[in-house]
Amino acid sequence: MTTSRFAPGTFTPAPGRGRLGHMLAAHARVETALTLRHGEQILLTLLIPLALLLGLSLLDVLPAGEFADMDRVDWITPRILALAVLSSAFTGQAIALGFDRRYGVLKRLAATALPRWLLVAGRLVAALVVVTLQVLILGGVAALLGWSPSAAGIAFAVAALVLGTLCFGALGVLLGGALKAEAVLALANIVWFVLLLAGGILMVPSALPEAYATVVGILPSGALAEGLHAALVDGTFSAGSCAVLAVWAALAAAIATRTTKLT
Amino acid sequence: MNAAAVEITGLVKRFGSVTAVDGLDLKMPKGEILALLGPNGAGKTTTVEICEGFRTPDAGTVRVLGLDPARDGATLRPRVGVMPQGGGAYPGVHAEEMLRLVAACAAEPLDPAWLLDVLGLGSARRTPFKRLSGGQQQRLSLACALIGRPELVFLDEPTAGMDPQARRLVWELLAALRTDGVSVLLTTHLMEEAESLADDVVIVDDGTVIAQGSPSALTAEHAEDAQLRFRARPGLDTRLLAAALPEGYVAGESSPGSYRVIGHVDPQVVSTVTSWCAQQGVLAEELHVGRRDLEEVFLELTGRELRT
Ligand SMILES: Nc1ncnc2c1ncn2[C@@H]1O[C@H](COP(=O)(O)OP(=O)(O)O)[C@@H](O)[C@H]1O
Ligand SMILES: [Mg+2]
Repeated sequence: MTTSRFAPGTFTPAPGRGRLGHMLAAHARVETALTLRHGEQILLTLLIPLALLLGLSLLDVLPAGEFADMDRVDWITPRILALAVLSSAFTGQAIALGFDRRYGVLKRLAATALPRWLLVAGRLVAALVVVTLQVLILGGVAALLGWSPSAAGIAFAVAALVLGTLCFGALGVLLGGALKAEAVLALANIVWFVLLLAGGILMVPSALPEAYATVVGILPSGALAEGLHAALVDGTFSAGSCAVLAVWAALAAAIATRTTKLT
Repeated sequence: MNAAAVEITGLVKRFGSVTAVDGLDLKMPKGEILALLGPNGAGKTTTVEICEGFRTPDAGTVRVLGLDPARDGATLRPRVGVMPQGGGAYPGVHAEEMLRLVAACAAEPLDPAWLLDVLGLGSARRTPFKRLSGGQQQRLSLACALIGRPELVFLDEPTAGMDPQARRLVWELLAALRTDGVSVLLTTHLMEEAESLADDVVIVDDGTVIAQGSPSALTAEHAEDAQLRFRARPGLDTRLLAAALPEGYVAGESSPGSYRVIGHVDPQVVSTVTSWCAQQGVLAEELHVGRRDLEEVFLELTGRELRT
């Protein structure tokens, strides 16, 4: 017999599924690392929100009527946090998923013992980790600029952020899992831009015509911004905003389970 | 418990007007290496993806380890290793990171660091997938298929894009899998690969099986007429050579400088060929009398070259 570099018994089968917690952690860890390593993702999820936070806090560009007697930074920070969630959980997520499908990642992972629901759960956990980092960094910078959030509302803000991440994450999976990578890239960026400017993140419903304000209020972007504003500025829980986010999340998840394709 | 590793009967799969798989039958016992051999577009990938549960058949039945891959995927996936055609990994993921992720999905995986080393990827551990060469990507993909100690693996064109050295390493690895009782279904369009590795070869063309058996049985079965091959300078007039031979012999230049005489080869025929060459003032080199190889079996069955 010729010598083989593989001792007999090396590959003796021992099949079985890994522990669920271990699989979820491994998947979420890789997804998080890839997001943090990706230059364009950092630009989208951190640098642009950071630039807007600094610019809108320090420069006198917003109409003063919008924040009455508040500090500019107190008014803008909850909205920047909403933008951060939109950027990472939705736009970044959708684009990454679109290209991961193109490169056969989903098929690769779907061929392992990883249950299908875990493919999505790993991405959502990673989205929550990324949002946590965004909130810590953006909140830290805002604090340096004099941000003083309502202490009573912190827990409500956390709830809104988690719900917002799940909602935009589900919408991101819905978009990223359905179309070709290039179409996902274009649409995810357009939606980001439209929701930022006209979806209730930088403009408050009270400053808008009534019919339009109603529409903005039931958009996930408007709901998240209002929920965070209520929590961090007024220290109150906005049940209406959370209900809107929950409905969008449920709708997106229900449709995505039917439309998400592996390739 | 003693179900075949893979059993396919009457499999049909259509994509619009294209019938990719057209009534394919196949039975692969446990513990053997079976090669699905055929040209591009023969339906190999489609067949394998149905076995992996990624596609559903339009007709026919497929059993993998006795289970239906479309219905029992969750039970089956931990037992089966998959190397998809063209791989599959995050562009930015490091080689080791990817393999550890797939390893985390298994109960008792092999050691990822060891497997990377043995596949010659030890120096590429922290290299992003998109910066690996095609052959390195293939080896990582193979590692992902094996890391979970599966009892059955599907390898779709496992050595595509590999250099000869890497290819030989993979062949050695596949032999070790067989020794350890792992069943292997691989697809290839390389005759040499099928011939030297597989216990059974199933030749597919246009979605159907056109021949199957062990490599030696297949080549013997189609070898009533042996053949003679030799090399000489390109451009000899083979019509003259055929005319020098008895009635019924065929002579041709299969590629520049490579000649083939088909017909019953006896000492008289060898002598005729060499003396004809001598008359042309050339030396017949690498003269070889023998059975056909799988490449020629395929050519004979389909009238087409396997590699196009
Ligand atoms: N998703 C698809 N949509 C349409 N046609 C397909 C698809 N996948 C494969 N085909 C067609 O089915 C046939 C068999 O393809 P495939 O199974 O990939 O062959 P092989 O792996 O042997 O090269 C080809 O004609 C191919 O063009
Ligand atoms: Mg193929």
